[in-house]
Amino acid sequence: MLEGVGLKKHFHVPGGLVQALDGVSVRVAEGETLGIVGESGSGKTTLARLFLLLDRPTAGSVIFDGKDARTFDRDDLRRYRRSVQAVFQDPYSSLNPRMRVEDIVAEPLPAENGASRAATRERVEEALNLVGLRPESAALYPHEFSGGQRQRIAIARALVTYPKFVFLDEPVSALDVSIRAQILNLLKRLQETLGLAYVMISHDLAATRHLATRLAVMYAGKLVEIGEGEAVYTAPLHPYTEALLSAALPLHPSARRQRIVLSGEVPNPMNPPAGCRFHPRCPRALPQCGSQEPEWREVTPGRITACHLY
Amino acid sequence: MPDSSPLLVVEDLKTYFFTRRGIAKAVDGVSFTLNAGETLALVGESGSGKSVTCLSLVRLVPEHAGKIVGGRILFEGDDLMQQSHAAMRRVRGKQIAMVLQDPMTSLNPALTIGTQVSEVVRLHQKLRGATLRARVVDALGRLRISAPDTRLRQYAHQFSGGMRQRVSSAIALSCAPRLLIADEPTTSLDVTIQAQYLELLKEVQAAAGVAVILVTHDFGIVAANADRVAVMYAGKIVELGSTLQVFDHPSHPYTQALLRCLPDVGKKRHLVEIGGQPPDLARLPPGCPFAPRCPERRPICEEAFPAAVPVESGHVASCWAAQPVSVGSVGRSLPPTSI
Repeated sequence: MLEGVGLKKHFHVPGGLVQALDGVSVRVAEGETLGIVGESGSGKTTLARLFLLLDRPTAGSVIFDGKDARTFDRDDLRRYRRSVQAVFQDPYSSLNPRMRVEDIVAEPLPAENGASRAATRERVEEALNLVGLRPESAALYPHEFSGGQRQRIAIARALVTYPKFVFLDEPVSALDVSIRAQILNLLKRLQETLGLAYVMISHDLAATRHLATRLAVMYAGKLVEIGEGEAVYTAPLHPYTEALLSAALPLHPSARRQRIVLSGEVPNPMNPPAGCRFHPRCPRALPQCGSQEPEWREVTPGRITACHLY
Repeated sequence: MPDSSPLLVVEDLKTYFFTRRGIAKAVDGVSFTLNAGETLALVGESGSGKSVTCLSLVRLVPEHAGKIVGGRILFEGDDLMQQSHAAMRRVRGKQIAMVLQDPMTSLNPALTIGTQVSEVVRLHQKLRGATLRARVVDALGRLRISAPDTRLRQYAHQFSGGMRQRVSSAIALSCAPRLLIADEPTTSLDVTIQAQYLELLKEVQAAAGVAVILVTHDFGIVAANADRVAVMYAGKIVELGSTLQVFDHPSHPYTQALLRCLPDVGKKRHLVEIGGQPPDLARLPPGCPFAPRCPERRPICEEAFPAAVPVESGHVASCWAAQPVSVGSVGRSLPPTSI
């Protein structure tokens, strides 16, 4: 079990304080896929960076198997890094162009423990095989691969340590349309065979729906809604979730339906609105929304939202 | 010019790039027409030739490396291929305007927004002083930039992504062009901002009667905004028809596969993959470029590129297997075969 409790991340910048993430608690169970959707600046990538221990939270903590990440010793940290891996958006910048594929994929494996070269090679070959790349690929460099194959290399690198949790940060956004389906199907198959848990961060609602068992929606540094994936997609509670789903493009020209087109822009994270951060753009805002911040409330079991309407 | 003749006629356009690895046929015999006020979507993956087609229309293909080697581009009856450089400069921005993918790079960070909008208007409309300023304020206002008279003194970094793309569009539309080429205008925008922009584009387009070539890789954008759609693959248009025709009766196996591999926000289903990779433009196979990935491949596909087959009125597909759509059928829209 991986858990974030009251996570906050504030950045000091010239001219003020950016509240990139402002009090987010979320839990990831083994074997599930938590989709995190939101627009740029909503804090979804910051949240992932905190979970990957790439940034230290301003407040709150990451808890792994009951232990707080702030109290990790060397062994805990090593175990954590093995168990929690990541695949990033752009396989052109996430793979070192001067390293061979075998060295890229082997990099997360700890150098010590007397792991022999042969054993390492075997693990790399196994990982490449899992993602559908030929063993001969190991000797090549990233530039010899297409975008989709590079993303497979990045996935192999994440799997080489036998992780339990894999963070997928926009895993298909940089890929061509005809390649996306290949990678989404691969991720799904890997999850079924290896029992992985995914945290998939994306602004692509359709791709997220394809994988997510639970869905969390973020807006301006806060979670606004979380629940079982299909329930959130079919019956969103929070007006922002509703607008976000309705802004998704139609799949057929006859479905050019009446959309909820939000006016205004995503708020400035240095100066977020008082009360509910969504209220200036909310089509269903109540008088108290501008002054009181809505509480995080469980509306139906497993279905939590922060909105004065509920 | 009578109204019935199309605004733009492109015939057998060929743009090649001459590289060390050989000749890359980025655009290889593209033909289409566009009527005044209409929206045509050019849809395809990266490297399919959609952006190079657009650059060719305004003759901005990077020189030396790239060259338009054949074809005709008739705009309001004039062949743009025969125009001098000076004449082309008068066409660009005034009659044919462009909006590019990333407004952060297409706007100059060191000049105010006002300077950048007025540059175009001053050049093409020869306006000065107060009339120029009024025109600039009006151009920004039409694209819903609030408080345009104060905003025009600001710089690009003081605008959000969606506003920057609206400023780019204001520049493009400021001289009332007949044709707007929008190359992936919403790729860098967020979902809700993309929806805002696409709605606004439709509105402004209808009000000004401008025709739009909308370049995209996203069939959702096609479904939302386009009247007609041209599907490109490896430098060729493989299917062309009205948006409804192409969605209801996709007649090229590539179009069919693309429509089937899209994840649907409305429901969860298994995604059908397209095997293989898009081809290398410098080493195109003889015959149909999609043949190596095509589930309906026949021997002839590897020998010759098929001519465009009319499958419905105004709907053509370049495929040896393409058949006219029979009335009342649901076409070949979702055959159960997997790829």
